[in-house]
Order: sequence, then structure tokens, then C-alpha cells
Amino acid sequence: MKILVCISHVPDTTSKINFTEGDTKFDTNGVQFVINPNDEFGLTRAMWFKEKQGASVDVVNVGGPETEPTLRKALAIGADTAIRVNTEATDGFAVAKQLAKVIEDGGYDLVIAGRESIDYNGGMVPGMIAGLTNANFVNNCINLEIDGTNVTATREIDGGKETVSTTLPLVIGGQKGLVEESDLRIPNMRGIMMARKKPLQVVEPVAANAETASVKFEKPAPKGAVKLVAPDNLDELVNLLHNEAKVI
Amino acid sequence: MSVLVYTESEQGKLKKTALEVASYAKAVANQLGTTVTAVAINANDTSELGKYGVDKVLNVTNAGLDAFNAKAYADVLKQAAEKEGSKVVIVSSSADSKYLAPLLSVGLEAGFASNVVEAPSSTSPFTVKRTAFTNKAFNMTTINTDVKLVAVSNNSFGLVESEGSATAEDFSPSIPEINVKVESVDKATDKVSIADAEIVVSAGRGMKGPENWGMIEELAEVLGAATACSKPVSDLGWRPHSEHVGQTGKPVASNLYIAIGISGAIQHLAGINASKVKVVINTDPEAPFFKAADYGVVGDAFEVVPALIEKLKAFKAQQ
Ligand SMILES: Cc1cc2nc3c(=O)[nH]c(=O)nc-3n(C[C@H](O)[C@H](O)[C@H](O)COP(=O)(O)OP(=O)(O)OC[C@H]3O[C@@H](n4cnc5c(N)ncnc54)[C@H](O)[C@@H]3O)c2cc1C
Ligand SMILES: Nc1ncnc2c1ncn2[C@@H]1O[C@H](COP(=O)(O)O)[C@@H](O)[C@H]1O
Repeated sequence: MKILVCISHVPDTTSKINFTEGDTKFDTNGVQFVINPNDEFGLTRAMWFKEKQGASVDVVNVGGPETEPTLRKALAIGADTAIRVNTEATDGFAVAKQLAKVIEDGGYDLVIAGRESIDYNGGMVPGMIAGLTNANFVNNCINLEIDGTNVTATREIDGGKETVSTTLPLVIGGQKGLVEESDLRIPNMRGIMMARKKPLQVVEPVAANAETASVKFEKPAPKGAVKLVAPDNLDELVNLLHNEAKVI
Repeated sequence: MSVLVYTESEQGKLKKTALEVASYAKAVANQLGTTVTAVAINANDTSELGKYGVDKVLNVTNAGLDAFNAKAYADVLKQAAEKEGSKVVIVSSSADSKYLAPLLSVGLEAGFASNVVEAPSSTSPFTVKRTAFTNKAFNMTTINTDVKLVAVSNNSFGLVESEGSATAEDFSPSIPEINVKVESVDKATDKVSIADAEIVVSAGRGMKGPENWGMIEELAEVLGAATACSKPVSDLGWRPHSEHVGQTGKPVASNLYIAIGISGAIQHLAGINASKVKVVINTDPEAPFFKAADYGVVGDAFEVVPALIEKLKAFKAQQ
């Protein structure tokens, strides 16, 4: 089985979010970038398939040279080959177009992407890839079992979960549940050394038009100070929630 | 030309989010000087949609669509949009709508903006405000394709009533082959889901152990709220994973979020910041949650929560 894991290169969860150039660009100053958490769960599940069922695992990112350390980390975790499509990730559709080309060229059976990236929060790339490559698609995937070309997957739905059956080729939008936090791997010295020798291919982009454009960013208005209510005055809290906030 | 909106139902009954996206579609239609057409799939009664600005409902009745299927549903919406000549298509942010939307975007060659929180600030260029960086910022985005697809964030626009009533029409689209088959569904039907809830009662490690969740559930019941928890609580197995909210868990965009014994770590706040009003109950006045909350009680949850339940019961009895 040939697996491709799509890796989004995102600011670490604790990063301060600031903008520059008249609020049009994300300020990367002092920001540490990591593998998107949802992609890390997916990559770890891919390693499980590789070790338990036999599979090759490639990772891919659409982005500039600055994303290579993130791809190297994925190699250190155990991926075989990394691919970087050398173009700026302008919008979800343009990224999905590039990824669809990589998938068609590579003949992948299973494409693992994340439910959502924590920077753009589009939640659109996996579904678009599935649409563009005509593969089966399971979103919000929290469990994935593969037997030959038969797939049993569980997806999270509002208020519960649902088990579905389908077949390869398949694209998933994955998240925690594919593996648990405790299964995540911190690259060890040997992995890091080996990652340096593994191939990181840089491929040039195909023509793809962005369908949307970011005009500018805004930060939420600064919040007023919290109103404290004494624990022995909870009538006041009920009153505030009813009359002031109008939420009960 | 009419604005197309997908109004979801569950077991034949329209969901509340259906009324919200209908209200949103009406606002867009007013800006464009056109009408609103809703698509309802296997819904029993869609007359209510007229009250929220829908002019026409396309009713699809097909047993093959009883179980949700993203590809088939996207295909139905594509055919409806083409039939109506719609240039703008609106969906909600439910798990199902988020699942089908990117497929629909590819099918219609429609630029897609998700997590949209306001009516367009301009229709030419078509510009919407969406959340980004897990609610730490907003992004103004233009959609530059001929057809546009917008997913509206839950509870962001609210319900807006308008005058009028909707006409209904049967619509029989062709259904593609179903390649992802639902085998089983595991869903508590008697509980409000976090995604649908207007009020969410959430508790953290401050509750000490799973045996203390009775009061959390009782508070939620009094308020008609969903229950949620912080990540360590689900990692420890005190509560099911489906209740874990935050950056790596479920997003919450409720009208009221009550956090009990939750410190307010940045990753927790990232997932719940879209909630309108936040209340924190915590023994530690230095807990970071107090900086993010609108109302706070510095106190012991084991005393405050039971007392609050009594006060709310008295309040509800008066209503
Ligand atoms: C990559 C990453 C992703 C993460 N994603 C998430 C996420 O999605 N969601 C999430 O929640 N966390 C997430 N976390 C974890 C997060 O950093 C915090 O560790 C977590 O939110 C803390 O949970 P807590 O507030 O329940 O527990 P604690 O931090 O232990 O806080 C317990 C609180 O309870 C209070 N308390 C104690 N006793 C009482 C009492 N009797 N009455 C009232 N209050 C009391 C304490 O003062 C304290 O503030 C993530 C972390 C990382 C690194
Ligand atoms: N630039 C990118 N390169 C590779 N994969 C990406 C990129 N952007 C998004 N993805 C994948 O698509 C998922 C969802 O991203 P998004 O649609 O931006 O929320 C991510 O978790 C990744 O798996």
C-alpha cells in the first residue's frame, strides 16, 4: 500500500498571533512552526500501517523552502520520502490542486490529511483533494482499518460517531482518535540522523488559480475585564446572565 | 440567480442551524436583490422556513438519502444550484455540512470560505469575515469565482425572522453510486450535542474525579445545555473523548460557555473563544480563564455549582 500524508506547516499552538504589512501578512517573527497536530495523528497512524501491514509512507507539503524542517521532522518520525511542492500556499483550492497532481503522479492508495489546519482553519483541503482525484472520502476520521482494498472507518458526527465501509483509493480528513496522544513519537537521535539521508524532493508546481484571496486580518476587539460575582451572591450571576448578557 | 441554502434536517425535522443559515441566505439575497431557495432532504415539514426568509423550498424525498452521504448530498446540491442558476450557495458548519462542502466546491467550481461569522461586507468583490488561527484572529477573504460557497459558523448570525412564506416544490435529482456506506451510528439521541447547543457546561481537572460529574450534568440539564470537558479529563478517561473541546478537540461556538475547574490554557481557549459569553468558576483567582471570561466566580465548584443549580431552578420556575 502506498500512503501519502499531507503535512501542513503551522505555528505552534502557544504562538502569539500578530500581523505585519498593514495586517495583511502573518508575522512569523519568533514563531516556532510544527507539524499540524491533526497531521501528526495521521502520520503516526501511517507508521502503524507501515510497521504492522507493510506500506510505504511519503509526506508532502505545498510551501516554500522554510517548511523543510517540518518535513525533515516527519522523516525523522519515520516517513520514507518527503516531497515539497515549491510554491506559496495561497488558498485551499490552489493547494488541493497541487496535492492532486502529486497523488496522480505517485499512484497513492491512501491519502491522509488533517481535518483542519490550525492556522487557516479551512477544513477544505482533504475534501477538495478527494473531489479532484475522484477518490472515496471520510472526514473527521477517528479510526481507520484497512484489509486489502476494503476500508472500515469511524467518523465523528455531531453528538456521536458513525462507522462506514468503503474502499481504496481513499482520502481521509483525520484527527485525534486515529491514534492517541500517547502514541505520538518524538524523533530520536537515530531517526534524526537517518532523516538527513532520506530523499526530500522538490517539485515545481502546476498551474493553479486561487479561488479566494485574503484581504486582511483583524484581531478580536480587546475584551473588557471580567465581572466577578461573589460565591454567596449567585442570584446576581443569574440576573446578569438573564438581563445583561441575555443568554438564559 | 436565487441564493441557494442547504437546510439540514434530522429524522425529518429541520435543525435549528437550518433556520440560521436561512436567515443568513436572506441577508445575502437582500444585498444582491434576489430570492432564497432552500434545499431540504427528506424533511417532513419545511413551512417554517418561510418565516426565516426562504421564498422557495426544493423538497427532495429519496430513501437512498436516508443515511447521510457527503458525495451524494453534494451532488444533490450541485444539481439544485445549477437548476436555480445560483451564484451563491450557503451551508452550515455542522459536521455533515463541513464534510460535503469541499466536494460541492469542486463540483461547482465555486470558491469556498468556511467559518464565516458575518454577512458579506461587500458583494462585489464578494468579501466575508471568517475566523482563522483557531479563533485568535479574523480574516477578510474575497471569493473570486463566478459561483461562491459560504459555510456559516454556528450561532454567529442568529435567527432573523422576516415576512413571507415559502412555496414548496418537489425536486428529484439523480443520485450517484454510494461508495461510502454507513454501517452503524452511535449517537445519544436524548442529549444535546456540543455542535448544536446554545449553552455548553464544561468542566476540567478541578472536578477531581469522574464521580463528581453528577452536578455538572444536573447544571446542564437545568439549562438545556450540552456537557463538555477539557482535554486532560478525556485523556484520563473521566469523560468520553467526544466531550473534549479545544484546539485539538471539538470547537464550541455557543451563546454561553460555563467553565468549571478549567484553568484556561491557550489550547483550551482556542477552541471555545468563538462562544459569545463565557463564565468561569475556579478557586484560583489567577487562573488564566479569568482573563478570557465575561463573568467569573472565585470559589469552590463543589459549593458554587450546587448553589447555582438551586438559583437557576428557582429562576426557571418563575419564567
Ligand atoms: C498541542 C496541545 C494541544 C492541546 N489541546 C487541548 C485542547 O484541545 N483542549 C484542552 O482543554 N486542552 C488542550 N491542551 C492541554 C492544555 O494545555 C491544558 O493542559 C488543559 O486545558 C488543562 O486542563 P484543565 O484546565 O482541566 O486542568 P488544570 O490545568 O489542571 O486546571 C484545573 C483548574 O481547576 C481549578 N480548581 C481546582 N479545584 C477546584 C475547585 N474545587 N473548584 C473550582 N476550581 C478548581 C484549578 O485552580 C485549575 O485552574 C493541549 C495541549 C497541547 C500541548
Ligand atoms: N500547504 C499544505 N501542504 C500540504 N498539506 C496541506 C497544506 N495545507 C493543508 N494541507 C492538508 O490539509 C489539511 C486541512 O487543511 P485546511 O483545509 O487548510 O484546514 C491539513 O491538515 C493538511 O493535511
